[in-house]
Amino acid sequence: MSSNNEGLGRVLTVALALCIVCSVVVSAAAVVLKPQQQANKTRDLKRNILMAAGLYDANMSVEEQFERVTTRVVNIETGEYTSEINPEGFDPRAAAKDPSTWVRLSAEEDMAKIIRQAKYSLVYLVNDDEGELDKIILPVHGYGLWSTLYGFVALESDVNTIVGLGFYEHGETPGLGGEVDNPRWKALWEGKKAFRDGEVAISVIKGAVSPESPSADWQVDGLSGATLTSKGVHNLVQFWLGENGFAPYLENLRKGEA
Amino acid sequence: MDIKDTLSGPIFRNNPIALQILGICSALAVTSSLQVTMVMCIALTLVTAFSNLFISVIRGFIPSSIRIIVQMTIIASLVIVVDQILKAVAYEISKQLSVFVGLIITNCIVMGRAEAFAMKNPPIPSFLDGIGNGLGYSFVLLTIGTVRELFGSGKLFGVEVLPLVTEGGWYTPNGLLLLPPSAFFLIGLLIWGIRSWQKDQVEQPEFKIAQHTPVEESA
Repeated sequence: MSSNNEGLGRVLTVALALCIVCSVVVSAAAVVLKPQQQANKTRDLKRNILMAAGLYDANMSVEEQFERVTTRVVNIETGEYTSEINPEGFDPRAAAKDPSTWVRLSAEEDMAKIIRQAKYSLVYLVNDDEGELDKIILPVHGYGLWSTLYGFVALESDVNTIVGLGFYEHGETPGLGGEVDNPRWKALWEGKKAFRDGEVAISVIKGAVSPESPSADWQVDGLSGATLTSKGVHNLVQFWLGENGFAPYLENLRKGEA
Repeated sequence: MDIKDTLSGPIFRNNPIALQILGICSALAVTSSLQVTMVMCIALTLVTAFSNLFISVIRGFIPSSIRIIVQMTIIASLVIVVDQILKAVAYEISKQLSVFVGLIITNCIVMGRAEAFAMKNPPIPSFLDGIGNGLGYSFVLLTIGTVRELFGSGKLFGVEVLPLVTEGGWYTPNGLLLLPPSAFFLIGLLIWGIRSWQKDQVEQPEFKIAQHTPVEESA
């Protein structure tokens, strides 16, 4: 370290040169690796859809298994399929950011605290071997404690029984709110009923559900140490199955004319 | 200093975790499953080695007034590159490591080696010093990871070794070992073990407790 290193000019030159070199390296890495990262994300998304529906088999390729799943675009308000938008290129998160494709929710409506809701959403349908509708997988999201949780709820063809629920992206506290990823907790959702007399009844309660309770079929244990995350999950499930969520679409499905 | 010494010194004689007590936070966080631990060790070793190398190459040009910022910039860039690569080739593991890859930036071992070694030594020994310290870190993490995964979930690298009671076996797992605090006890035991073997690592007490002197009877 010689003494001519310390001048102001020298300091600025070194800082500038270093910043340019480092930023070129970092952006090159980001650009070169982007396609592969994107592919991983898509695969992970598909795997989560299959897992929510309880169809995932770790020994088979995700793409192969996903062939059973049909992706459709639904108009949230009318609950009808739309052919205006191609499900291939539709990005619901981008749609929720574009003023022409979202609706602002009022405070009372916005239980899941998502503020802006896209007018269209993707839904994933699984048919059984006879070609009859077997499972419906709905993308859901909402605010927990620290972050927006993104996930899926899967329903049986009776449009009432829950097959599974899972989140593929969230930033909740690992070990507390992060337990939404715990398979044992997710298994609690299996077989629960979503609706009671036409109203959304599924709820996440504080503590454990007593099996004798008459509402046991509509209740799921809260996560201990994660009251706010549990509440967030409760709200987002209620929201997405409710009037402002997929209720019109599910109603159409029940009538068999979606 | 010869090559062998630079490489093996940090494993037992001058271990960054056991002797210098650096990098404890990630040692607690990522050791509950060996696969994740392994990736973390490789990532940290590479970052330490290459940051040492680059810093040593340009050490003659770094004005001492901004040397810490320069080191941080180099380390941070390397960590971002490692994170991007992980997201591309090992997506599942990068999801499990989540913030901890990013936190390599603040890992005291990387910064400590850059400041203490790479600023004063030529590139090749600096690179080897980085590898050596990475190995020292890996040695501790893998030891703890092995104990935690084997007794915490009855598995090694995700392969069942001790059949669990819940799956029809005989082994009741120790749940504490899956929680971060258990790594504290294990690191403590490990440091005790290393220091009973290598006595010169035992620190001199900073002060001695004086002999009890009876209070004079007041009349």
